[in-house]
Amino acid sequence: MKPIFNEADPIELVLRVNGTARTLRVPPMRRLLDVLRDDLGLTGSKEGCGEGECGACTVLVDGDAILSCLTPVCQAEDAAITTVEGAGFDTVRREFLEHGGAQCGICTPGMIVMTRAWIDACRRDGVEPTEDGARIALAGNLCRCTGYGAIVAAALAAAREGSA
Amino acid sequence: MQSNIGRDVARPDGPAKVEGRAVYVADLSVPGAWFGGTVRSNVARGVLLGFERDPTFDWSRVAFVTAKDIPGENVQALIVDDQPVLAAHAIEHFGEPLALIAAQDEATLERALAAVRPRIEECTPNFDPELSTRVFKSIRIEKGDIDAVFDALPVGARIVEGVYRTDSQEQLYVETQGFVAFPPDETGTIKVLGSLQCPHYVQKALVRCFGILPEKARVVQMETGGGFGGKEEYPSVLACHAALLASAARRPVRMIYDRHEDLAVTPKRHPGRVKIRAAFAADGTCLALDADVLFDGGAYTTLSPVVLSRGTLHASGPYRWPNARITGRVVATNHVPYGAFRGFGAPQTCFAIERVMDRAARALEIHPYALRRKNALVAGDTTATGQRLEWSVGSMEVLDAIARSSAFDRHPWGVARQETGAKRRGFGLSFFFHGAGFTGSGEALLKGRVRVDLLADGRVEVLAGSTEIGQGTNALFTAIASEALEVGALDIVLATPDTARVPDSGPTVASRTCMVVGSVLASACRTLRERVASSAGTTWRERARTFLLAGGDGSVTETYASPAGVRWDDATYTGDAYPVFGWAADVAEVVVDVDTCEVDVVRFFTAVDVGRALQPRLVQGQIEGGSLQATGWAHLEVVTTKDGRFEQDRLATCIVPTTLDAPRFEVTLVEVPYPHGPFGAKGVGEMPMDGGAPAVLSAIEDALGIHATHVPATPERILALLEKSHEVAAR
Repeated sequence: MKPIFNEADPIELVLRVNGTARTLRVPPMRRLLDVLRDDLGLTGSKEGCGEGECGACTVLVDGDAILSCLTPVCQAEDAAITTVEGAGFDTVRREFLEHGGAQCGICTPGMIVMTRAWIDACRRDGVEPTEDGARIALAGNLCRCTGYGAIVAAALAAAREGSA
Repeated sequence: MQSNIGRDVARPDGPAKVEGRAVYVADLSVPGAWFGGTVRSNVARGVLLGFERDPTFDWSRVAFVTAKDIPGENVQALIVDDQPVLAAHAIEHFGEPLALIAAQDEATLERALAAVRPRIEECTPNFDPELSTRVFKSIRIEKGDIDAVFDALPVGARIVEGVYRTDSQEQLYVETQGFVAFPPDETGTIKVLGSLQCPHYVQKALVRCFGILPEKARVVQMETGGGFGGKEEYPSVLACHAALLASAARRPVRMIYDRHEDLAVTPKRHPGRVKIRAAFAADGTCLALDADVLFDGGAYTTLSPVVLSRGTLHASGPYRWPNARITGRVVATNHVPYGAFRGFGAPQTCFAIERVMDRAARALEIHPYALRRKNALVAGDTTATGQRLEWSVGSMEVLDAIARSSAFDRHPWGVARQETGAKRRGFGLSFFFHGAGFTGSGEALLKGRVRVDLLADGRVEVLAGSTEIGQGTNALFTAIASEALEVGALDIVLATPDTARVPDSGPTVASRTCMVVGSVLASACRTLRERVASSAGTTWRERARTFLLAGGDGSVTETYASPAGVRWDDATYTGDAYPVFGWAADVAEVVVDVDTCEVDVVRFFTAVDVGRALQPRLVQGQIEGGSLQATGWAHLEVVTTKDGRFEQDRLATCIVPTTLDAPRFEVTLVEVPYPHGPFGAKGVGEMPMDGGAPAVLSAIEDALGIHATHVPATPERILALLEKSHEVAAR
């Protein structure tokens, strides 16, 4: 049977990344991570494993944290994509620096994006941010440097600061 | 001016990291760069006969490199010249690089890699270090006369024996290994940019591989996403590969490993087997220690002799043994070569001696805390190598501190508590020391150098080969330089580690960056400050500008000198093994589910003597991060091999702790200043790796009454021990 379309053939689609609409011609099944990094030059999102285990490639799509290494670009068409380079991360960034939550820095973009997704979810759902809550939210993001204590403390501080 | 010692300065690399602007090697955009890949052995031992290349593939589109194409020596320069850059004939391990291919895009590269098949005559491999006849290094440490003790034991003395095994461990830096290499420029210089710990190691490797002068091999460190030892020696391999391809393709080549390749072929922690027989007097006094250490080195020497050295030198634990014999050997097998990983041999032997101390405590009916305290080395004592401990001996201070924070000294360890639930709680102690800096005469031979340059605007640039790999070198050097110069942090500029600019400060390993390189930096800064001091001006920058305008020499290079009186004899393994030791004690609190045998490390107390915590937040980060790697290794990080291949070939199976596996840390910093360290500091990087495994397994013993002897203590291993103990009880 002849395929309906060849996934290697580029299609034209519009991505809204960090508030800017970008028109691209890309193969529809190309990983969102590759489009962000290679086609748009947004190298803040990192590839640690390429199979959804480490969380370093986490970005927001319409406010939800997703793994851009597992997401075909066509799924993000017309959605609002926010990467670590985008707006709205100032508090989280500041607390990561203040608490020593960034060491080698390779997991940091994913951690920061996921932290913000968690804070936004707490607010949306009216949930009090707690240490256990932060640990559960960040359980899919691997860090090999910190032992996580500083990251969890940063996330909590950012959550409480934002809600104050 | 406010001092930056003991007060956290901002990480110079921090803002770029949290904003996603920090540039790691995979982030480099290099126009026209090709993609490099590696043809590897699919057997653990064999003879390479040649390559079959699919004639239907257009080979003119790619660069293809084999051992024949190496312009210099086919040697991976490190300690012993036994490892080739590309196998020419003998194949010694699965995944060994045989040939290299570069292509203009990844799809073409994949097709080319699939279109070549190495012809290999397979040979019988050996994976058992006990059966190996090839010894990379053997060591014997002898103190007193242990035979006399064992032959005529005093009344009431007890002998405690055990065999302790530790499996390998994956560093799992979250950034995989990678390089971008450029072809020789018009001056014949080869440039590589990469993720690495030791730029001058990579430079030496390129010099040998290409047969060029050091100034023709330029190595630049990119932002590096974790190392933990894993980027000590392997980057030299990858840099040579990328540079060979760039030379052949006559264009830049990127080689960024994906996680599968990184896990399959990069060096990990040496698996260890430590046999111990120890004699204790009835009152618990250590009488004699007989320890035998065996490490699996894998297929090539790499850093194994030095790993064994550190392993044997820490096998005594931080205890006063009047008589000791420690023998060790690291041998060849057909496993992927094992290499550097935080702790560097010490975690394996520390685990064994600490388990023996627990076993002795039980046999002698002495509390494990009291037993350690009774035998702890203190200032004036001598170690197993006869090193007299002169300064910065924080043993009692860390034992006091851990008792205060954890109350372990009052915990009825190992006493059956009438717990009946499915979850059993336990506490376990470890006590350990860790030599800071290179072993023995290493630092004297290395002569690490640092340069500081006064810039035209009066700021001071620090030029060092030490790398920022997350541990905080940049913030640390800023603090040390600003303190020694008596200037602010904003007056300090840090040079990127680039062998074309920075002197060889020695590798970023062995807990030496702060203590050794930091002391050279402080000294160079003081020299510069004295030069500038008498120049006119009210501020540093004014005085500096006056000094430069008057033709002053604003460049100072200084070299490390070992403290006077430090003596080491490599032939007899006696003397001062390290200029100084760090000291620490851990207490792990675990909850074990007796139905699933899963271990949850819920709290982790640690008291650490670092001499002086120059940057407390960085020290805390090192201790917590290292301790989590240690508790992870203790019970959940599994690395096994089958037929010479690592079975954990992806992150779905190569497990490391997440936020939910991490304990709550309670860190106590103890400061017993080291007179020869910068502002009293000594090393901290590796030490937190040593004590976690024995503390966790001790806590499991407290909870379940089983004496686990094998790291990691997986549920399967705990279940087997429980079943055995039930069988014994039923008899």
